[in-house]
Amino acid sequence: MADIAEIEQLIRTALPGSEVSVQDMAGGDHLYAHVRAPQFSGLPLIEQHRLVNSAVDHLLGPGRPIHALKIKTEASQ
Amino acid sequence: MIITEEEIRQEVLGAIEQNRIMLFMKGTPEMPRCGFSMQTVACLNDAGANFAAMDILPDPRIRQVLSEHSGWPTIPQLFIDGQLVGGCDIVTELHETGQLKEMVGAQQA
Repeated sequence: MADIAEIEQLIRTALPGSEVSVQDMAGGDHLYAHVRAPQFSGLPLIEQHRLVNSAVDHLLGPGRPIHALKIKTEASQ
Repeated sequence: MIITEEEIRQEVLGAIEQNRIMLFMKGTPEMPRCGFSMQTVACLNDAGANFAAMDILPDPRIRQVLSEHSGWPTIPQLFIDGQLVGGCDIVTELHETGQLKEMVGAQQA
């Protein structure tokens, strides 16, 4: 079971100025993160997703709190 | 026959180099063995992509060397012109925005 508020905070800390919303899609360990961040501007989607993933990397994977993280990114000003 | 990890690495990197559009997936395009791989194949087909595919399931070392190369943990992984484009989420998003069609149609420089 993942702590959604903690995950949102981790992403916000990694991407200052971002707007982050994390939702539980199923069972508390399949999460959906919607992230709007100025750092995404001009980056390919893969690099945007890497920035989000790396913020929560230590919580992701088999046997860890997040089993799957679906990501939607948007560049903000 | 014993296949070494180095031979697998050469096979994986060679596939990325030799195929302009290369998909690493679970199963085959005709018979995907995972919903994410299936959805990615559907996006590529819908975008009219002519792509090559490699099944990562027959040997766990395929996934291992692939993820070491790409720095991306999950399957599927789509490469275009040698660059990792993304997995199922990204390919789906690129398909929905119409960008995938442009990417698979553009000629290599």
